[in-house]
Amino acid sequence: MAKGSNNNILIVDNLHVSVEGYEILKGVNLRIPKGEVHALMGPNGAGKSTLAYALMGHPAYRVTEGSVFFHGENLLNKTIDERAREGLFLAFQYPREISGLKVFHFLKKAYISRFGIDEGTFSSMDFFNEVKEKTKLLKMKEDFINRYLNEGFSGGEKKRMEILQMAMLKPEMAILDEPDSGLDIDAVRIVAEGVNSLRGPDIGVLLVTHYQRILNYIKPDVVHILVDGKVVKSGGPELAEHLETAGYEFAGAEV
Amino acid sequence: MQNILRLPDMSLQEQRFNMPESEYKYGFHDPENYVYKAKPGLSYEIVSEISWLKDEPEWMQKIRHRALDYFLKKQLPKWGPFLGDIPFDDIYYYIKPSEKQETDWKDVPEGIRNTFDKLGIPEAEKKYLAGVGAQYESEVVYHSLREEWAEQGVVFLDMDGGLREYPEILKEYFGSVVPYTDNKFAALNTAVWSGGSFVYVPEGVEVAIPLQAYFRINAKNMGQFERTLIIAEKGSRVHYIEGCTAPVYSTDSLHSAVVEIVVKEGARVTYSTVQNWSKNVYNLVTKRSLVLRDGLMEWVDGNLGSGVSMKYPGAILKERGARAEVLSVAMASEGQQQDVGSKVVHMASDTSSTIVSKSISKSGGRSSFRGLVKVIPGLSGVKASVRCDALIMDDESRSDTYPYLDINSPEVEIGHEATVTKIGEEKLFYLMSRGISEIEASKLIVNGFIEPVVKRLPMEFAVEMNRLIDLEIEGSVG
Repeated sequence: MAKGSNNNILIVDNLHVSVEGYEILKGVNLRIPKGEVHALMGPNGAGKSTLAYALMGHPAYRVTEGSVFFHGENLLNKTIDERAREGLFLAFQYPREISGLKVFHFLKKAYISRFGIDEGTFSSMDFFNEVKEKTKLLKMKEDFINRYLNEGFSGGEKKRMEILQMAMLKPEMAILDEPDSGLDIDAVRIVAEGVNSLRGPDIGVLLVTHYQRILNYIKPDVVHILVDGKVVKSGGPELAEHLETAGYEFAGAEV
Repeated sequence: MQNILRLPDMSLQEQRFNMPESEYKYGFHDPENYVYKAKPGLSYEIVSEISWLKDEPEWMQKIRHRALDYFLKKQLPKWGPFLGDIPFDDIYYYIKPSEKQETDWKDVPEGIRNTFDKLGIPEAEKKYLAGVGAQYESEVVYHSLREEWAEQGVVFLDMDGGLREYPEILKEYFGSVVPYTDNKFAALNTAVWSGGSFVYVPEGVEVAIPLQAYFRINAKNMGQFERTLIIAEKGSRVHYIEGCTAPVYSTDSLHSAVVEIVVKEGARVTYSTVQNWSKNVYNLVTKRSLVLRDGLMEWVDGNLGSGVSMKYPGAILKERGARAEVLSVAMASEGQQQDVGSKVVHMASDTSSTIVSKSISKSGGRSSFRGLVKVIPGLSGVKASVRCDALIMDDESRSDTYPYLDINSPEVEIGHEATVTKIGEEKLFYLMSRGISEIEASKLIVNGFIEPVVKRLPMEFAVEMNRLIDLEIEGSVG
């Protein structure tokens, strides 16, 4: 079903993941080529966020079976920070608040780590200008970079902060975990515009969402439906529209 | 203060001696080449000897002896860390390292000068300090004050110099804020004090850049007992900073200071500390300020070093409009107990106090916060807020909070908040998912945690605090 499969940036084969002894993912298969946006939809509890966390390497999400290849290399034996440095990115559904850590300082540290830059030769001024440009794109206030990371941020600000990080860290594969949850329609539009501006031939995107709404703004190439820990159906954008009217039951019924 | 159960801390002490030296950058020591080294142990003879060597007036010698009487009869505190292992009989109570105090680094004996060079003091002095006092063992070996401030009548001397040149002021204020009867270690300090600073800022004079005192212990089993008195006249302003380090030895040293500050009408005094003693030092100090009408006292206190610290910088808000802010950071690592906090007494209406404490416990360290706020009867318009936040880095470490509010007036606005957080897998995961290593992520979280206090320090000292915290984290993670 997926096109351009010889260009897969992410290959997930028969992935089983347990959390606190309970198996949540029961054999997930996914292939995401560079240049494509894949939506992963499913009802609550299907395991969508579990997949996102397991791919990023959260220690509580234990892979019990299966394999994941990220640009041709085994992803699963790498640490969280190694995965990120190699170009994997996760936009969190619930970004953490880090008190006392200024956004600009954090972005700089992340950027330096991601690209292996020597802090001594790093130009903060160029970086500052780039951050400023991106904040404009996401319609963020300028004083934003002097605030503490996510502390006291509104829901919309937190989501935009995630997209800003994605913009700065230029991943090859981005997993967006419900980037629209809890947002009003204007905020959804801003986040979607941000994501759309980052789409391109060099990045693969896995967009995890419960509702079809955001797909009106971010057009997926492929839609997968996850039910009870397995991808039960994959198809084109029309699959999402069908879901909107028929609900997840139709997909579940086909299992 | 409440009586807190005494804890058996033998194991903590043992751990302390097993610390790898490489983590502590200032653990080196110089060969001893001293002008005078008194015999170890405490006695009336030693006290007389110190006073005689300093050629002091009789009243001071009398206070020393009365204080020694008090020290000898007073029991060790029954709350807080266990102090029963302090080797009082093995401690050297007085060491005179050099012939005289110098005003040019060139004249300071080479070995001592090299030590202060390594500590970066002369360099800092050139860049951003209004004056420097450098104490080595019992005496201040170097002292300076920029001409600009001297011309405006600012006095910055060691305490012995203060006693010689301003005996009337000393007689009036010495022991007026911290009497020797305050506690056993204030009594000890009063009996054997030597060195420290005497600062006098005349009416209306604002000392725009900080004065710094640096305290260095070098000898084994050293006892350092500096004594500081700061008087800020009406409408004046001064920022005093102290730093300290010591070599790493397998036996204990004792540091027991007394700091007295008088903040007069509308004056503002900031007293900042970056405490980085080696882990074989007991740090038992008494610091208090008397604040008069509309005066402001700010304590900014960073405690990273020492094996056992007991320190509760305080303020007596004596007149209307007086204010105090006490901001502290303590980091207790392997083998360390940081028992810190503050004590504020509101004695007049419309006074306000803010206490903010941040503690970090890691690798089996223990930090305790004690905050006492007392409001005497019959006052109105009093505001007090106490906030203490603890960050615990692992399961072996411990943090305790002992707040004590003694409020005797009805019209008091008081806030108290305490939080305990673990460094948390989720926060680390979040930062690491951006490519940041676990060590770097821990540093960002810890330095963020203390940021509200550290940002109040002058930039150079904030950088130093962050650097010391980073070193501690690097020493234990990974």
